[in-house]
Amino acid sequence: MQDLINIGVKSIFIDNMIFAYFLGMCSYLAVSKKVSTAIGLGAAVIFVLGITIPLNWLVYNYFLKPGAMTWTGIEELATADLSFIGLIIYISVIASFVQLTEMVVEKLSPALYAALGIFLPLIAVNCSILGGALFMIGRPYNLAEATTFGLGSGIGWFLAVVALAAIREKLKYSHVPAPLRGLGITFIIVGLMSFGFLSFMGFSIN
Amino acid sequence: MATATVEEKKVAAPKEPIFGRKERQLLSDPLDLNNPITVQVLGICSALAVTVQMKPALFMALGVTFVTMMSNFFISLLRNSIPSRVRIIVQLAVVSTFVILVDQILKAYFYDVSKQLSVFVGLIVTNCIIMGRLEAFAMGNKPFPSLIDGLGNGLGYGAILMIVAFFREIFGSGSVFGFKVFDAMGINYIGNGVLVIPAGASIVIGLVIWAQRARNGQVEEE
Repeated sequence: MQDLINIGVKSIFIDNMIFAYFLGMCSYLAVSKKVSTAIGLGAAVIFVLGITIPLNWLVYNYFLKPGAMTWTGIEELATADLSFIGLIIYISVIASFVQLTEMVVEKLSPALYAALGIFLPLIAVNCSILGGALFMIGRPYNLAEATTFGLGSGIGWFLAVVALAAIREKLKYSHVPAPLRGLGITFIIVGLMSFGFLSFMGFSIN
Repeated sequence: MATATVEEKKVAAPKEPIFGRKERQLLSDPLDLNNPITVQVLGICSALAVTVQMKPALFMALGVTFVTMMSNFFISLLRNSIPSRVRIIVQLAVVSTFVILVDQILKAYFYDVSKQLSVFVGLIVTNCIIMGRLEAFAMGNKPFPSLIDGLGNGLGYGAILMIVAFFREIFGSGSVFGFKVFDAMGINYIGNGVLVIPAGASIVIGLVIWAQRARNGQVEEE
């Protein structure tokens, strides 16, 4: 349990997807103009990361990893190493899951679709989703830890995008030099926020 | 003399030049006025993450240019037979094929660079420049212009990457391509740690955007 809490805290604050790795920056900058849209996309990221990371964990550990397919009982498969096609598999899992969710949500809950729907296609190409999958592969997580990592990374992304959106809303009332307006000042603010998050470094529960 | 030039024009006019003004513009626009990073705001993740040193940044730029060119070309060939409902998955499949190629080549011949870039080679798949160009250009244009567009955008991305990496490496660790410039000049330079951490990258890129927009006179209204 303690391990899970530590992984959760680490992925939310210390290894924050935005401030430590700068993953998912494109959509991060695009939707952080208003707090309401930021909350929408942030929630969608938590949802998709929380599900696709365990899904990709299963795919990696039962199909792709060297020797992962011993459960089939076929000798040729038991020694197969498919990890080199991992990339194409992870992204297919992510993209098909996103498309599936979009279709299900559209049928079942039009209200939720109206709120989240436009963000879902954006998520398939959000680097933080694929990045999360690749980080997860590189670390010796079990299924519960992988799920915690996925949810934690999503929450970290959510926090980062909502915080930036709130700052950018206030920024409208300040005098920024004309060429720096918009993208330039946003980058500098992200850098300063990243300094703030550095203060969580080394934080853990023993 | 005069008749000769007229004749030349007559011959040249009917067939379109392979590398005419349109193509040249496709190549040069993304380098400055329509730069993928600083103007279109695409492909930021990797631009911030791999620019600590110039060498990995150069490999990243080459890799992204290759993938953008090839996937633009192939998606443009397939553009009339892709159903729009599943086009994202088709595009991702094509892109990730080329990324796997780049990844395997780096692992085989430049293992140290591949280790330094770690997950960011794989993340070329979701680099928004590639998806953005596929959606905005390759889905509606012929294969050859798409190839040129991919090349131009890859180079524009690479240019910003190299600028940012130059400033981060020279002031962050006092070297250029691993060559200790300040030591060679006999100056004892202590690297500025801020530029080595990711936060420094974000600030440097903000300043690069400021400089570029001030020069080109572009202003973004919120």
